[in-house]
Parts: sequence; C-alpha cells; structure tokens
Amino acid sequence: MNVNVPLPAIEADRLTKHYGEAVAVDAISFQIATGSVTGLLGGNGAGKTTTIGMIMSLVAPTSGRVSVLGFDMARDAYRVLHRMNFESPYVDLPHRLSVRQNLTVFGGLYGVKNVAERIARLAADLDLKDFVDRPSGKLSAGQKTRVALAKALINEPDILILDEPTASLDPDTADWIRGHLERYRANKNATILLASHNMGEVERLCDRVLMMKRGKIVDDEAPEKLIARYGRQNLEEVFLDIARGTGAAKKEAAE
Amino acid sequence: MSVASSPAFSFSRIFAMVMRHWYLLRSSWPRLLELIYWPLVQMVMWGFLQSFMAKQTGTLATAAGTFLAAVLLWDILFRGQLGFSFSFLEEMWSRNLANLMISPLRPIEFVLSMITMSVIRLVIGVVPVTILAMFFFGFNFWGLGFALGAFFANLLLTSWAIGLLCAGLVLRNGLGAEGLTWSIMFLFLPLTCVYYPVATLPVWLQWISWALPPTAVFEGMRALVLENVFRADLMLWAFALNVVWITLAGWGFLKLMHSSKRIGSLMSVGE
Repeated sequence: MNVNVPLPAIEADRLTKHYGEAVAVDAISFQIATGSVTGLLGGNGAGKTTTIGMIMSLVAPTSGRVSVLGFDMARDAYRVLHRMNFESPYVDLPHRLSVRQNLTVFGGLYGVKNVAERIARLAADLDLKDFVDRPSGKLSAGQKTRVALAKALINEPDILILDEPTASLDPDTADWIRGHLERYRANKNATILLASHNMGEVERLCDRVLMMKRGKIVDDEAPEKLIARYGRQNLEEVFLDIARGTGAAKKEAAE
Repeated sequence: MSVASSPAFSFSRIFAMVMRHWYLLRSSWPRLLELIYWPLVQMVMWGFLQSFMAKQTGTLATAAGTFLAAVLLWDILFRGQLGFSFSFLEEMWSRNLANLMISPLRPIEFVLSMITMSVIRLVIGVVPVTILAMFFFGFNFWGLGFALGAFFANLLLTSWAIGLLCAGLVLRNGLGAEGLTWSIMFLFLPLTCVYYPVATLPVWLQWISWALPPTAVFEGMRALVLENVFRADLMLWAFALNVVWITLAGWGFLKLMHSSKRIGSLMSVGE
C-alpha cells in the first residue's frame, strides 16, 4: 500500500441533500487535489450552492459525507474552518464599517497575527488603498468584490471557495482579479473551488471542471479535454450542450 | 502562514465581534440616540405620574412610590433583550451571517459577544436615564444599593435567555420572525407584574407568573421600596429559574441552529 498518497483537500462521498421531496444534491462523490483549481459548474438549480454550503458546513447533508483536509465537516468543521475562506457576491460585509474595520474584525475572527500588516499587504495587492477607510456600503460593485476577496484572503486560506468572484466587474478588473487568484494559488499551493457562470474564466483558471445537473455530477474533466470530447470550440458551448440535454449526442459524435 | 491553529475558545474572537458592533454604534448617531430615547421617554412619563400620585392619599400614593423603580427595572429587562437581539439582527440585516458561520467563531463565542453588547447598550441607554431621574424627580435608583445588583443580574439573565431564543428563531425562520424580537417581551409585561403585586392576578395565572424570573425581581423591588426589606429568598428563586431558562434557551438555540443547517436557511439569510 502506498502510504504517501496525498490527502485530497476536499472529498465528497455520496453526498446527498434533500429539501423535503426535492433532491438538491444526489449522492455525488468527488475528490479535489491539494493545490488545484476546480470549477463547479451547472445551470440554476443544479445543486452548486447547496454543495458549497455542505463543504462549508452551512448546510447539513441528508446523507453521505464531505471532508476538508481530512476533517469531516459535519463533526469537525471547527478544526479546519480557520484554514478555509469564502467569497460570494450574495454575502455582504457590514455596510457602515469601513473596509479596514471589516478586515480587522475578520482578522480577529481568524486569529491573524499582525492584522494591520496583513491589511496593508492586501490593500496593496488588491488595490484597496484609495478606499480602505471608506464605509464598505459606499463602494462600487467592483470595489466591493475586491474587498470581499480581501476578506476571503485575510487568513491566507489553504482552501478558498469562490462563488462568482468576478460577477459585476468590468473586464479589466475581472482579468486583474483572475491574475491575482492565479498568483495566490501558485504562491500558497492553495486549493480553489470556483463556482462561476463565466466560462472564459473557468477555462483560464481551472485545472478541472465538475459539471452538475439536477443534483448530479454529469461530467468531470479538464476544460480542454471536455471541449475536445464534446467536439466544441469552447466551454460555453459544452455548458449549453449539457444544460440543454444535447451533451450525450455531441459527446458520442466527437468520440 | 499568519494564522495560528484555532483554539476551542478564544477571547480574541469575542473581542473581534464586540469591536464589530462597537464600530457600528460609533458610526451611527441614530443608533446611539435610539438606545437612550425610549428609556428617557418612559422615565419622564412615569416620573410625572408618580409625582402626581404621590400627592394623593392612601394606597395610590404608596403604590406610586414604586413606579419609577419598576419602569427602570423593566427597561433593564427589555433593553437587555433588545441589545442582545439587535446584535444578532444586525448580522442578518447586513447579510453577514454566512461570513460569520464559516469563520472559526464558535456559537458560544457568538453568544458571549452578544451578551457583552447587550451590557454595553444597556449602560449607554439606562445609566444616563437613572441620573436624569435623580435630577428631575429626586429618585435615586442607585440608592437601591446591593439589591440593585441582584435585580440587575437576574433581569439580565432573563433578557439573554429570551434574546437567545429569538435569535434562534430568526436564524431558523429568517427575518420573517424579526417581529418576535420586538414584541415578545411585552408578553412578560402583564405576567411579570411590573407595576402591581402578583396577588392582583387570578390564582391560576399566579402560578405562571411565579415561573417567570422577573416576577420575583419586581416583587423584591416592591418589598424593598415599600417595606425596606431585601427579599433574598426571591432573588435566589429568580436565579434558580434563570439557570433553568438559560439552559433551555441555549439548548433551543443550538437546536434551531442545527435545524437551520438542515433546511439550508443559512444560505439564504435575510429572506
């Protein structure tokens, strides 16, 4: 037996979530390698948000299990939450607090040493310096996204979960954010799980894509291999094939 | 990496949460004004009523002597619960709850930070009003001495138990349950006999009344103000009840939190 097999950063085993009669996530299993960037894709209602919720222990699975860095999130979440973080445009930071105050609070929650120094570094890296002392609620959408990313990076997480990290950003800022994420992953060997509807972004950032539909993983492959297998030009076309149910035919034709 | 391992309990995390709410209070004068406005209005209204009734003769004049103490103690109970619940609601209103729930902040630390904020809000709201009561009506609330400490502690414990249950219900059911936070304490107003003795209630209702810790506090206050007697037995009864209430509320909060994870309401906070 090979005892040196690295532990997956995230592992789901027959992970299932029912809301009453509705099946949001249907016995999905996957492993995400340390240091990888994985895209979690699917149309609305595919089960991405619920899957992310279970990975972060915000949602309790109906059955199955999910572990992060070897810890079962249903039982031992607090042993690993300080090594994770999350960013989503659907979760805000307190509006009346300045960016610096918000980052100070989260630095305290995550036990960051030298939090002032860390904030200065993030302000420089994410270009927050011009508005770091302004209330978070008075920022533009793009500035808010950068601040949310700064919050997600405050503890230099090993596991970074991003939900639409470049939504509402202009192309220049979005490109800049993607570049920052690429550098962060490379420097920290961080594991990134990315839910996005921006297929260009997924193609650029992700080593691998988990395609979800009606609570199941319907495909699992590197973006370029997926594109080749479906005989398409880009991931957006693959996404449309899968979402519209024409995926199987295209895949067979390409094969 | 700049993050140390995460201890099972951390005063730093509680401090961070207290700072979060302190920054908010400091930045918003309407929030500060709101803390003092209602206790002040209550004190002025009941103060004048007490002054008027004190000029009458007989039982009314005697009863009037307790009104200002009653209203100030009631405000400790009411404001204590609101102070606790507001800290929680602020997270819902700002859609920040998911950020906190995925952080290393433990439920007990979250609760202790809300308790701390409840005391801070109470001090800001009630202490100036007690000083004004002394100035305007010659009523020295602090003259209740050691007994005041016992009253204060017991009322705060009850307010936190109620606040904890309200927080759990809002967590579980979303902001649709927010109205409870504002109104639940008014159920206690008649039942805990703030302004009249327990004996005023029908016998069957007295049983319910004595199961509520504040009832013993308000009875104790009347014994002190009217008969100059400190009823330690009542304070011990209130404390014992508070232990039961806090335990039940903590259990209820954890159950409601687990339930919110089961139904997925933490992913859709605010709705």
